Amino acid sequence: MPVVEMKGERQTRVVDAELLPPSPKGGMREVFQQWYLLKLIVRRQLAQQYSASLLGLMWSYVQPALRFVVYYFAIGLVLQMHKDVPNFALHLFAGMVFVHYFGETWNGGTRSIWANRALVQKMRMPREVFPVAAMVTAAYHTLPQMLVLVVACAVLGWTPSWAVLGALALGISLIVTFAMAMGLFFSAINVFARDFQNIVATVMQFMHFLVPMIYPFERIYSAHDSHRWLYEIYVANPVAQGVMLMQRVFWYPTVDESERAALGQSFPPDQWVRGLITLAISVVLLWLAQRYFSRVENKFPERL
Amino acid sequence: MTTSILVENVSKHFTMQYHRTLKQMAVARMRGIPTHERFTAVNDVSFEVQQGESIGLMGLNGSGKSTLLKLVNGVMRPDEGNLRTRGRIAGLIAKGAGFHPQLTGRENLYLNGAILGMSEKETASKFDEIVEFAALGKFLDTPVSHYSSGMYARLGFSIAVHVDADVFLADEVLAVGDRPFKRKCLERMQEIRRQGTTIFYVSHATASVRSMCDRVLVLEQGSLTYDGPVEEGIRHLHYDDDGDNAKSKAVDEELGADI
Repeated sequence: MPVVEMKGERQTRVVDAELLPPSPKGGMREVFQQWYLLKLIVRRQLAQQYSASLLGLMWSYVQPALRFVVYYFAIGLVLQMHKDVPNFALHLFAGMVFVHYFGETWNGGTRSIWANRALVQKMRMPREVFPVAAMVTAAYHTLPQMLVLVVACAVLGWTPSWAVLGALALGISLIVTFAMAMGLFFSAINVFARDFQNIVATVMQFMHFLVPMIYPFERIYSAHDSHRWLYEIYVANPVAQGVMLMQRVFWYPTVDESERAALGQSFPPDQWVRGLITLAISVVLLWLAQRYFSRVENKFPERL
Repeated sequence: MTTSILVENVSKHFTMQYHRTLKQMAVARMRGIPTHERFTAVNDVSFEVQQGESIGLMGLNGSGKSTLLKLVNGVMRPDEGNLRTRGRIAGLIAKGAGFHPQLTGRENLYLNGAILGMSEKETASKFDEIVEFAALGKFLDTPVSHYSSGMYARLGFSIAVHVDADVFLADEVLAVGDRPFKRKCLERMQEIRRQGTTIFYVSHATASVRSMCDRVLVLEQGSLTYDGPVEEGIRHLHYDDDGDNAKSKAVDEELGADI
């Protein structure tokens, strides 16, 4: 090791700062205070997802488009669902876009801390930035799909109303809050046992069948007397509620008044109240997820 | 003089998990083998550092130096005790910065700068300087997973020294660089030291500690056993050194061998 002596006069450095604990206070609030860092991590996530792929960002459209075509073929044409449900394509696509968003946030969030362990182990930063970045990345992929929905609706004759805007606001805040709560909680627990990322992937495969998008809600509602508890569990699912709110925005207004009667119950009769209560519960869940995260994040560097 | 780092009765425990799957844990439980064990990496350590002091942190491998640095850096929080620092902290922990292997040197540079608290503008204005110091040449736009260990260390060190931090941590950073680069790094660290930045320098090379530090802390199995002037600290480390002739000592100092 070479020996180098100090040259020149020693200066005094005046540090204009408080004596504070060096570790980040943590919490999602700190993430949003560091916009620039979040932006870089989101950009990185996007670049990394499609590194060394020929289609690149196109994949986030190709994949849902293919899934849509397959479902439309199998459920719509083969099982003849498009005869029961007018504008079945919209009914299906409105659901798929938001289930996909939820899945990407949850799945991406769950893996995020583990995938970024190189940084988590050595750099000090609010670690919530990774699940939050997963949520933002998912939103980035979802926005163009929403645009497709809007265009399709406009073509089929769609006029926005206050009810539509209300459902949009409630639906989006519900899905975002719930997805974020799940992403945050699972990102932490996945550090301790990687089983959770497999569990999440499995649950997401079921999720397509646990929301009313490939079949109308009436099929579920007709059983609400005979299978009370199953019905309650089904409609308690925030993702199912979010999907139905989105169908109220993007599908229901395109259905003629005359056809609506034949559909029976397209939504739960208490959709609005239920939605607001579920939103409140999701906010509480998000708070609990944040508390859990803060409690265990100190153990991350040693367990990664 | 203002206090730069304040450490009061700080302890950090690790849980060592021996078995990963439920089956292994169940088997271990049945045979009466412990499934995990608590291990104290830093044990009731207290000291205070003034702004501008340069501290040499010494001790054998596994004595808790890196953990202590991670606590000071803020990557870990102490389980017990109180730890406070003043101002911006930069530096390298455990041989290199936290880089993302799939990102290029350029992307990692921006990301690392942001994590260390530099704004986009600040990074952009120092970009050329950092790249020049790291001497990466055409590898700047290559993913860092393709870097040699020397290049990796050079980029990490270069970013850390350009952050304009109030506290600079250097943990065995110079273990991988070649001699000209080591010299360049030490010159740069002396410059930072001269400007009044608090320095925390982990090294096994006694000669380098002697020239760089004003004070030495010695850790032994997680406990602070020495805190004081450099010469005595180095002698304290040699307490079990049997072959105490000048020649082997000189070799030790030159190699920076584990003491």
